[in-house]
Amino acid sequence: MSERETEAGLAESLLRRAAPDRSEFEDLVIVPIFAVVVALILGALTMLATNVDLPTIGKSYLALVQGSVGSLNALSETLTAAAPLTLAGLGIALGFRAGLFNIGAEGQLLVGGMAAVITGFSFPGLPMAIHLPLALLAGAVAGGLYAGIAGWLRAATGAHEVILTIMLNLIAFRLVDYMLRLPWIQREGRADPISRSVLTSAELPRIFTWLDPNLRLHLGIVLTLAAVLLVHWVLFRTKLGFEFRASGAGPDAARYAGMRAGLLIVIVMACAGALAGLAGANQVLGVLGRATPGFSSGIGFDAIAVALLGRSHPWGVLAAGLLFGALEAGGRQMQVSAGVSIDLIGIIQALIIAFIAAPLLVRAIFPWGFRRAAKTPKE
Amino acid sequence: MDVELRGITKRFGPITANRNVNLTIRAGEVLGLLGENGAGKSTLMTVLCGLYSPSEGEILIDGKPVRFAGPGDAIAAGIGMVHQHFMLIPVFSVAENVVLGVEPTGRLDRLDLVTARAQVRSINETYGLEVDPDALVGDLPVGLQQRVEIIKVLFRSAELVIFDEPTAVLTPQEVEDFFKIVRSLRDDGKAIVFITHKLNEILEIADRISVLRAGEIVGEGDPKALSEADLAEMMVGRPVSFTVAKAPFAPGEVLLEVDDLTVLRDDDSLAVDRLDLQVHRGEIVGIAGVQGNGQTALVEALTGLARIAGGTLRFAGGDITRASTRERHRLGIAHIPEDRQRTGLIPAFTIAENMVLDTYYDERFSAGPVIRWDAVNRAAARASIDFDVRTDSVFNAVGTLSGGNQQKVIIAREMSRDTQLLIAAQPTRGIDVGSIEYIHRRIAEARDEGDGVLIVSSELDEILALSDRIVVMFRGRIVAEFDGNDPGISRKAIGLAMAGATA
Amino acid sequence: MTAMPDTPDIPARPARKLDTARQRQARVAGWVLMGLAVLVALVFARDSAGMAVFRLSRPNDPLALPDLVVAAAPYNYFAAALLAFLGARQFMRGGMRWTSLSLGLGLFIAVTAFLVWATAGKAFSLTGMLQATVVRAVPIALGGLAGVLSERVAVVNIAIEGMLLAGAFTGALIGSLLGGWGGLAAAVAMGGVFGFILAALVVTYRVDQIIAGVVINLFVLGVTSYVSSQVYQEYRFLNNAPVFAPVKIPLLGDLPVIGPVLFNQNLFVYGAMVMVAVATYYLFHTRYGLRARAVGEHPRAADTLGINVYRTRYINVTIAGMVAGFGGAWFTLGSVGRFDENMTGGRGYIGLAAMIFGRWHPVGALAAALVFGFADSLQQKLALLQTPIPSEFLAMAPYIATIVLVAGLIGRARPPAADGQPYIKE
Repeated sequence: MSERETEAGLAESLLRRAAPDRSEFEDLVIVPIFAVVVALILGALTMLATNVDLPTIGKSYLALVQGSVGSLNALSETLTAAAPLTLAGLGIALGFRAGLFNIGAEGQLLVGGMAAVITGFSFPGLPMAIHLPLALLAGAVAGGLYAGIAGWLRAATGAHEVILTIMLNLIAFRLVDYMLRLPWIQREGRADPISRSVLTSAELPRIFTWLDPNLRLHLGIVLTLAAVLLVHWVLFRTKLGFEFRASGAGPDAARYAGMRAGLLIVIVMACAGALAGLAGANQVLGVLGRATPGFSSGIGFDAIAVALLGRSHPWGVLAAGLLFGALEAGGRQMQVSAGVSIDLIGIIQALIIAFIAAPLLVRAIFPWGFRRAAKTPKE
Repeated sequence: MDVELRGITKRFGPITANRNVNLTIRAGEVLGLLGENGAGKSTLMTVLCGLYSPSEGEILIDGKPVRFAGPGDAIAAGIGMVHQHFMLIPVFSVAENVVLGVEPTGRLDRLDLVTARAQVRSINETYGLEVDPDALVGDLPVGLQQRVEIIKVLFRSAELVIFDEPTAVLTPQEVEDFFKIVRSLRDDGKAIVFITHKLNEILEIADRISVLRAGEIVGEGDPKALSEADLAEMMVGRPVSFTVAKAPFAPGEVLLEVDDLTVLRDDDSLAVDRLDLQVHRGEIVGIAGVQGNGQTALVEALTGLARIAGGTLRFAGGDITRASTRERHRLGIAHIPEDRQRTGLIPAFTIAENMVLDTYYDERFSAGPVIRWDAVNRAAARASIDFDVRTDSVFNAVGTLSGGNQQKVIIAREMSRDTQLLIAAQPTRGIDVGSIEYIHRRIAEARDEGDGVLIVSSELDEILALSDRIVVMFRGRIVAEFDGNDPGISRKAIGLAMAGATA
Repeated sequence: MTAMPDTPDIPARPARKLDTARQRQARVAGWVLMGLAVLVALVFARDSAGMAVFRLSRPNDPLALPDLVVAAAPYNYFAAALLAFLGARQFMRGGMRWTSLSLGLGLFIAVTAFLVWATAGKAFSLTGMLQATVVRAVPIALGGLAGVLSERVAVVNIAIEGMLLAGAFTGALIGSLLGGWGGLAAAVAMGGVFGFILAALVVTYRVDQIIAGVVINLFVLGVTSYVSSQVYQEYRFLNNAPVFAPVKIPLLGDLPVIGPVLFNQNLFVYGAMVMVAVATYYLFHTRYGLRARAVGEHPRAADTLGINVYRTRYINVTIAGMVAGFGGAWFTLGSVGRFDENMTGGRGYIGLAAMIFGRWHPVGALAAALVFGFADSLQQKLALLQTPIPSEFLAMAPYIATIVLVAGLIGRARPPAADGQPYIKE
């Protein structure tokens, strides 16, 4: 009898989780803070090196803060910029979790955006309750199918997904250029490549105009939050998510356990493409209202950084998306009021990722603040 | 050359692999270093050959202390090591592998492969090794690859040669040849360290024996004065039984029937060549054979992981030739894969996650698309206790467990569901004796309860201890069959069959 | 299929007819070739009228060759027949032995058929196109070579794009201040710096290799874009570098076709050819090349033999960066003399594709780069011929071809065994 009890007690004790240790806390909190601070300092040094005087540097960082969180409008701009970055970042994170490096978000975003635009201007008279979801769906499906090509080729032939997605990006750029000159897509009376405008019934409505009519923040942010929750649920609660994570962390073990590696690759890529396509739809239906060449403006590449920064965790991706959105919005303000090129933001973003990806580097630069440097990893 | 290790301690973070080890190695003598898997033998020797630096202690050569900054220094000092996992580059030729690091060169740093080949040939002749210097190492059988390793060491004029578990990949006959080479090296005045966990071998070849347990030297002795039982007790710290308790052999009907099976490798060569095999309920069939004779491909074909090029598989009366891995799992085939770190487990996942790696879809653990983690975790805690997995939480990553405990996680996963056939490939490779005994007992229990068991192992002792029937695989075929319950079974005959001769 | 040699004491069983992977591949190749034959016959041959005139020399060349005149329709029917024959050959006994060769030959025939169709009734300078092919192949080949050098020591180099961009930027900036040679030296040095940084990140700080590459690309793009928008707008003289002019090699440069294509080019073309030759010699015929490859295949084995894995990786990746820096200078010092934001436009990634396509061999990477360069110049020159195909689709062709090749031909190419894995000493 007593043996039984101790066994039950033992089972209970086995179900206790170890408290997160300090190094985990350091990696999750302290390292990112250091990374942002150091990147800002190095950004200031870059400005100094290019002959920007100290007061202007101060002014530009002040503008960076004001432009990102300094006012209602700034917050709205930050969130508007964060939405597509987070959506595409989630897709890339999903790929990372499953061991796939999807460089193709940019192309998937373009293809998804084009599909959303075409759907958006094609059905006049449809009520919004049907038209908007239809346009969003078109974006997600097109992006998913486009990424699915890479997934299928990877699964069927073993061709490397990095090369495949790079090539699909380049193809997508040309494809958009071509489509924008097709008579049924190009805006009437225009010679330059620009699409017709999305109908109001397919636009993502702005949601805070009752506070201030100038606030651009639209329904896309709600969509983004829903996507974060959905990805989190899929990844950590469902069988499919378990299969994704298993084939990423141990592809051979996953195959030996009877998971179908090829099918999973196709599904993961399609999901990632759908999220990127949704990001494209979000841009054309919520911000741009039409498509022009290269309307993706590098969001798909920045999203790689967002996924890396967010450690491929949905909440992390959201946080990273917000940070990058803030830098984007603040950078625009910086360019306007301090005359410092917004390209500085690119440098700061790269530095932040470098420091976060290299905790050893941060620890080497700042020996203080950390309990002890991780000396030798366990064998 | 005499070498002395004095007070060597080696720590990896919080883990101490070697503690205060003192050891003397003399020229013209074979020192047998005995210890079970994980006792710290390899670490100790890796320190000696300069790959790791000791945390404490010193190394003396001919009485003078030396410090090795890297393997280059150890090589220059005349220390050579033949690693358990060969340090060979498969896409290089034998000559390139041998000269790597000490290459003869001409003008413009040009590699002089003509000289290299001549040097390999001359070592070949001196020691009768017979290896073609132009062959690609990846194309050679493991026995010959080992000779390439020996040539590498001799090419660097080593005076001390360390062999780490050298016989694991050899047939009994090849072991005899290998011992001849070792003796000729010894008679040549070289100091030899022979690392093993096999008692019979160390008694045969060693002139002196040191026993390592949990990182410390626990005993030394003269092989002439010691018995296998003495050594085993020294090695494990308690008396060990080498036999596995089984119920009397009472086979049931045929459970698995392999008919005319053919499996191809990636390069379209034959891995399994028209093989026939049967496994009955309540029977353990052991497949003996040197690595690389198609055992892996056979197991992969049986578990649905390899494409079957020809033939049929029948399981419990049904045809499973085209069934997927998942379908076979559900029919009751359990699989313990040969490479637990790569194919058996996901080291970064928790114990609980690994426990359901191939059963998460089962209705015990999932509802619709959702996994019921609560049920998973409880079952994992239960199985950890039932299968003696030593850990303090099922949320620990499997990668932090010892090899024996990792293997027990796999056993727990595969045997805590309803199975009829257990396919175990190298079920005890590289794990401690306690875990080996436990796993053997579990396998025997499965058989006593009426399951069929198929075991693939390169350890002949394991095959002999467990099997009711032993078949020998050579070049993708079954070349011989033996009664495992026959007390007079001949190791020599099995060894000959492993080398390709039919009995 | 080679049967295993039977040992005399095992009774041989009759070999069975087996469906092997190579046979399946041979069949796929057969279908592809048949498809090309149908395409050539139905589209190109039916629609070709008159003569296609290919100009091989300019009229004032010392050794002028006459124009190559091809009767378009007959040639294309012949090409279709040839393709059909090659395709059918795949289905016959022993077809699989010819798979790669047939596919390569078939693609070549299809391309010539396309050219003849596009040129039918017009004249077209073949030599001019080949010359442009070589020029456009240069940065891709150098990017691919940089990839080969670092992946041979098992460091995946996504950062080639950033290194090219850094080389282009530095070449323009320093070239404007110190002249062409100074700019070139600085570009090479800057490439080396980023190679060293990549090595430091992945070897010493154990950053994931792809992340490190992405970081370098983002960083270089950020810095160069920032400087060109912040500084060059105001100080235009900082972005006005001299350009290396073509140098004609005596005698060889006067040969017809080959002369203008190979021996009347600028420094970068010659540099790329020399570097490919030197890299091949280094990797496959020298002591240090053997060691570098050993580090890429099995770093632990190299370590046990006293080869310093970390140092080997540092040195090779730094050299790879220098090669990419040289390739980057082509964009500014080798063509326009001025830096524009993101002017490398993904050539580094195509270089990476060239490396894989070229099977991690310098000569292979060069050959693959020439294929990309050919497609690139073809697209440009064909715009002049006014084919009915939209120019965007011609621009896509090389990328689609890359996908087809990567998926079909080299699905099985083998990267260095340790590629992408960090090496942790203890």
